[in-house]
Amino acid sequence: MPRGSAAPLILVAYRSIKIFQAKMPMSGLSYQIELRDEAATRQIAGQLAQGCRDGGVLYLHGDLGAGKTTFSRYLLQSLGHQGNVKSPTYTLVESYQLAELQVFHFDLYRLHDPEELEFMGIRDYFAAQHLCLVEWPERGQPLLPVPDLDLQLKITSAQARQLHIHALTARGAAMLELIV
Amino acid sequence: MRVLGIETSCDETGIAIFDTEKGLMSHIVYSQIPIHADYGGVVPELASRDHIRKTLPLVKQALAEAGCGASSIDGVAYTAGPGLAGALLVGAAIGRSLAFAWGKPALAVHHMEGHLLAPMLEANAPQFPFLALLVSGGHTQLVRVDGIGRYQLLGESIDDAAGEAFDKTAKLMGLDYPGGPLLAKLATLGDAKKYPFPRPMTDRPGLDFSFSGLKTAAANVIAAEGKTPQVQADIAASFQQAVVDTLVLKCRRALKETGLKRLVVAGGVSANQSLRLQLADLMQSMKGEVFYPGKEFCTDNGAMIAYAGWQRLRAGQAQDLSIGVTPRWPMQQLPPV
Repeated sequence: MPRGSAAPLILVAYRSIKIFQAKMPMSGLSYQIELRDEAATRQIAGQLAQGCRDGGVLYLHGDLGAGKTTFSRYLLQSLGHQGNVKSPTYTLVESYQLAELQVFHFDLYRLHDPEELEFMGIRDYFAAQHLCLVEWPERGQPLLPVPDLDLQLKITSAQARQLHIHALTARGAAMLELIV
Repeated sequence: MRVLGIETSCDETGIAIFDTEKGLMSHIVYSQIPIHADYGGVVPELASRDHIRKTLPLVKQALAEAGCGASSIDGVAYTAGPGLAGALLVGAAIGRSLAFAWGKPALAVHHMEGHLLAPMLEANAPQFPFLALLVSGGHTQLVRVDGIGRYQLLGESIDDAAGEAFDKTAKLMGLDYPGGPLLAKLATLGDAKKYPFPRPMTDRPGLDFSFSGLKTAAANVIAAEGKTPQVQADIAASFQQAVVDTLVLKCRRALKETGLKRLVVAGGVSANQSLRLQLADLMQSMKGEVFYPGKEFCTDNGAMIAYAGWQRLRAGQAQDLSIGVTPRWPMQQLPPV
């Protein structure tokens, strides 16, 4: 190509494109459970894990100390992970390669702008066969995919938590059937 | 030998130049720069992990501040892990490519090795072997260091890092995130014996840490007593005492188990005054010595990467031409020098 006639560099503004195809939203299928203590959290996480073996997207809402990472830890352990489940707050995402499942555990608390998800290569994480647990998903909107399950943890006492689970896809509804 | 160091593993973009004869010739961390005009307009702090727009202008600035040209650089060191894959790739791609363009060797540096060796940038540098406590917002680890690349992980946090516990407890108290340093300041006004916060995992053998329960304990106190200034100060003091006691107890245990007499403490939390006072007492009682990096090298920076890279490059180690990162990278896998 002769000098001076180089093709202009094309920059694609990803930000304006909706990345993920919206899954069909379902009419609300939800479930509420009182978790008396950490053992109850472990039990419910273990039951839900059975529905996560083929992947999926779980949102985890709740204040600091509500138990989002604790819930994730028990879910990962039920799926066969041995070893620690560290808080992903600093790294934003921790990955776990299990025998037959790739799990990504996100914490978007430190995200200042959803655009930062592009700098971390967010598109590579959300494949249908991956299991993605997302803490503080509200900080990543509107760039995150619709979750199969939306979980909200509320502190009700020093030990007890209230868990509200909402299924937003057919896959999520199937997961929810395991505990209802 | 003169080495350019590039750090982009998480939030900070850090660039530095280290020279065998002259020592540290320049070092810049992007967040220290008040005027962002050289960076294609203002790069807002909103996109704090936008290393792409920051790295090359910072490299140019580091060269200018060192008063040297690119042709005088003998090697390029960049953080290749552990960290956020997307962030690491920026530094690795730029660092590896610059070295290729300049016809010089490149080296992939382990971020935590950078922290471990940072005290060696100081006049009073520790001799090997030593015990290292790496304690920051992202890490809490005890490492036995017998030489460069000869590391043994003795213990680490199984959940939250110590600095993370500081930041999150500060947030629960109503301080801005990350409020760890502010919490430490508040602690000087409070009663450290007011609330009996747990000292997790100190009642059993081992050198691992667990700090996630502390924020829940703090949340329970706040729920019961509110957020009056005195309650805040007392929580801050009691919380800080619990973290410091735990760190000091594990250091004592690790020093006893290994027989080591030198302790290196690095990472953002190593700036904590209460921790430094108690560690000074500990080392005095054990007839040992404690070493810290300079204040600006406690947090993420390019100088420690340039230095760690320099140590390995001058020993003849170098990367191949591929651009690779290792987001999960156990320190024990590093080759010795």
